[in-house]
Amino acid sequence: MTGALLKIEGLTKAYPGVVANDGVGFQVAPGEVHALLGENGAGKSTLVKMIYGLVKPDAGTMQFQGAPYTPPEPRAARAAGVAMVFQHFSLFEALRVAENVALGMENPPPMRALSTRIHEISTAYGLPLDPARTVGDLSAGERQRVEIIRCLLQDPKLLIMDEPTSVLTPQEVEILFGTLRKLAAEGTAILYISHKLEEIRSLCDSATILRGGKVVASCTPRENSARELAELMVGGEFAATDRAGRKLGAKIFEVAHLNLAPMSQFGPALKDVSFTLAAGEVLGIGGVAGNGQEELLSTLSGESPSAPGTVSLHGQDIADLGPNDRRRLGLLAAPEERLGHAAVPNLSLTENAILTGTVRRPLTRNGFLNMGAAKRFAEEIISGFDVRTPGPHVAARALSGGNLQKFVIGREVLQAPEVLVVNQPTWGVDAAAAASIRQSLLDLASKGAAVIVISQDLDELMEISDRFCALNEGRLSAPRPTEGLSMEEIGLMLGGAHGMQEAAR
Amino acid sequence: MITLVKRPTPSQFWAYATPLLAVFATMVAGGILFAALGKDPIAAIKVIFYDPLFGPNAAYFRGQLLVKAGPLILIASGLAVGFRAGIWNIGAEGQYIMGALAGASVALAAYPAESHLLFPAMVVAGALGGWLWGMIPALLKTAFGTSEILVSLMLVYVAQNFLAYAAFGPLKNPDGYGFPGSRNLQQYPSAHNPELIAGTGMHWGVVAAFLAVIATYVLMQRHIAGFRIRTAGEAPRAARFAGVVPAKLVMFCLGLSGAFAGLAGLFEVAGPNGQITDSFNAGYGFTAIIVAFLGRLNAVGILLAGLLMALTYIGGDMAQLMLGLPTAAIQVFQGMLLFFLLGFDLLTHYRLRLGRARA
Repeated sequence: MTGALLKIEGLTKAYPGVVANDGVGFQVAPGEVHALLGENGAGKSTLVKMIYGLVKPDAGTMQFQGAPYTPPEPRAARAAGVAMVFQHFSLFEALRVAENVALGMENPPPMRALSTRIHEISTAYGLPLDPARTVGDLSAGERQRVEIIRCLLQDPKLLIMDEPTSVLTPQEVEILFGTLRKLAAEGTAILYISHKLEEIRSLCDSATILRGGKVVASCTPRENSARELAELMVGGEFAATDRAGRKLGAKIFEVAHLNLAPMSQFGPALKDVSFTLAAGEVLGIGGVAGNGQEELLSTLSGESPSAPGTVSLHGQDIADLGPNDRRRLGLLAAPEERLGHAAVPNLSLTENAILTGTVRRPLTRNGFLNMGAAKRFAEEIISGFDVRTPGPHVAARALSGGNLQKFVIGREVLQAPEVLVVNQPTWGVDAAAAASIRQSLLDLASKGAAVIVISQDLDELMEISDRFCALNEGRLSAPRPTEGLSMEEIGLMLGGAHGMQEAAR
Repeated sequence: MITLVKRPTPSQFWAYATPLLAVFATMVAGGILFAALGKDPIAAIKVIFYDPLFGPNAAYFRGQLLVKAGPLILIASGLAVGFRAGIWNIGAEGQYIMGALAGASVALAAYPAESHLLFPAMVVAGALGGWLWGMIPALLKTAFGTSEILVSLMLVYVAQNFLAYAAFGPLKNPDGYGFPGSRNLQQYPSAHNPELIAGTGMHWGVVAAFLAVIATYVLMQRHIAGFRIRTAGEAPRAARFAGVVPAKLVMFCLGLSGAFAGLAGLFEVAGPNGQITDSFNAGYGFTAIIVAFLGRLNAVGILLAGLLMALTYIGGDMAQLMLGLPTAAIQVFQGMLLFFLLGFDLLTHYRLRLGRARA
């Protein structure tokens, strides 16, 4: 490959106790869409942070447009022509689109001129966006457009995108891919980080695969199957989930006409949510986070009270019961936010096992903690769910996201729930861990438990759920059997992409 | 350039080492302060820390140590439970006054009848008085979302006015020749909280303080309720997920710390102090906040911190008398202890790294 835009050789970065990047080298040509693949902790984030000037490498060289490139800070990287869209947006909800864009610029032009530019760029790239709207009113997909347009205004040579599709509906993904292909055709190189292998196969020209901080392979994703890519990432055989052999039992759980006021200023309200669940069934609830997912989980777990008769288990009205009373009856939950909700960051794993485990496990005697039993329970979770940690005495915040998620799911699954509600069970979890979490949910269902999986990952929901419904702006669509459901139909259930019509024009 | 690196797990070593380091740093900085005031720093430190324990009049001062430490430990034990949950009762001084007033009122109402039941009744009344005064900020917080910090603090001043009113009005000694202040409970055998072992300073309040240390230790370390309290302070959402009802928690914590402060007030008025006067309260309720933090909000730590704080009180008094150090200097010295403790606390959660600044 001649005339590489970005050329990296021997890039190394070590943190205390771990070498995040070890002699990493690859190159990106102008107009190339290049994928960075790897499990969590493989070193992708560190690598792009070095390219974007957020982290300084210990050793190695970078060349950008043929010249040595050592950005001391993101500002220098932007000046050189490198832009980045982060996984987590940095937008002010109370400000308008144009104001948010101006905040990210070195010398923002007058607001009127900026609005015109935003309008031009957004239509040119098929990302319709009204500069005068307040960000708090935008969908996740539209918020991402604000971030992308903020980058495009700098006319970048290299655009880095960190897991951009995790918050998008299928239609929005298509729009984004159209934009990215157009940018590439104009000569902008794109460095694309994602876990979603099918997406990478359809979008990317080449891929660099990282494992344990080292480049283990480079390939052309179109020429490899998703399974092959996954095996390259994990470095071994990859167990596919097995959903066979499940029988649905009697109806055990019902939510009827559930309404809930918003929990925060820009949060959605739940509006007339109804569904039923049979023993042994997995119900998938799709939709972009922020459409009532957290609210639904906190109502089902018992943290937020709801009107009488709205939630019932085995025909018993449990709407006014708190989390522990629900646990006693067999309704368990695993919230999305691991640190601070599902687990206490500064407490040890043993103590985090106590957090939800005392009702269904004999971890207390007359209210007094049995630390030995709690430790054994934590060890049981650690070994049963392959949680990688030195031991149960370690603080929850010392675990990686994927390992803590395995712990949280394991803690609930091992308490033998009759109904388990999980929100984003594999968010930010690497492919192997995600597969084992999904398998454990299926195993639980095959033992007769009903499982509600709230997730943004549609592939995941298609893989494990028997019926699918979508939560959009606090409304839940009627559940439909997953089998035979097409992506178009799912898109329609999700309420379509915002601004679809304009984009199609 | 020094950089701070967050430790993955808080350091056990520094959790125990920082209080010692803070005491040492306070001695050094205090020594400099005393030197700047023209006193011999070594002598001043010796008077404060050494003489009360091992000096010529140590026999007397050792007794004083428990008398001063008892209320501090008792109040701080209650406060620490709330502080662990993120519920900030700053008004223990007021609860201490109200406990003393309630207990003394029971005694003075019964005067001069003698009964073995009187003292227990006073104890109950004292706890109840402090509990009620603590429930005011608790109810206002749960009903209207007011800040318990402000409400409990302001109620201290209300309590002080109650105290003055009682001392000059309804509780005034009718045989006191018009002097303000109640009858001296030390001269009323049924109501008196005597020194249990002569020369030790041990009275029922000190016993209660030790029991409070044990009880709060068991509660916080061994019982599910204490576990939930700690969870609530660390991660409120996780606590709700674990079934904690925030309103109940607020009432429990403010009620408990109020009751403990009320007990401390009762034991003080019935024992070492003896009577209700308008200047009855000596700041134990505020100093106990320092004791609670100095003791790492941990029961055993509070026991040690209470004794240390009592030592600086007694030593400070001696330094004033013998070296002519101003009161303010002693208070600065005590404040420095908390300052250094909180400063060094950083080492528990962060690691210092000396290195080149990042470009």
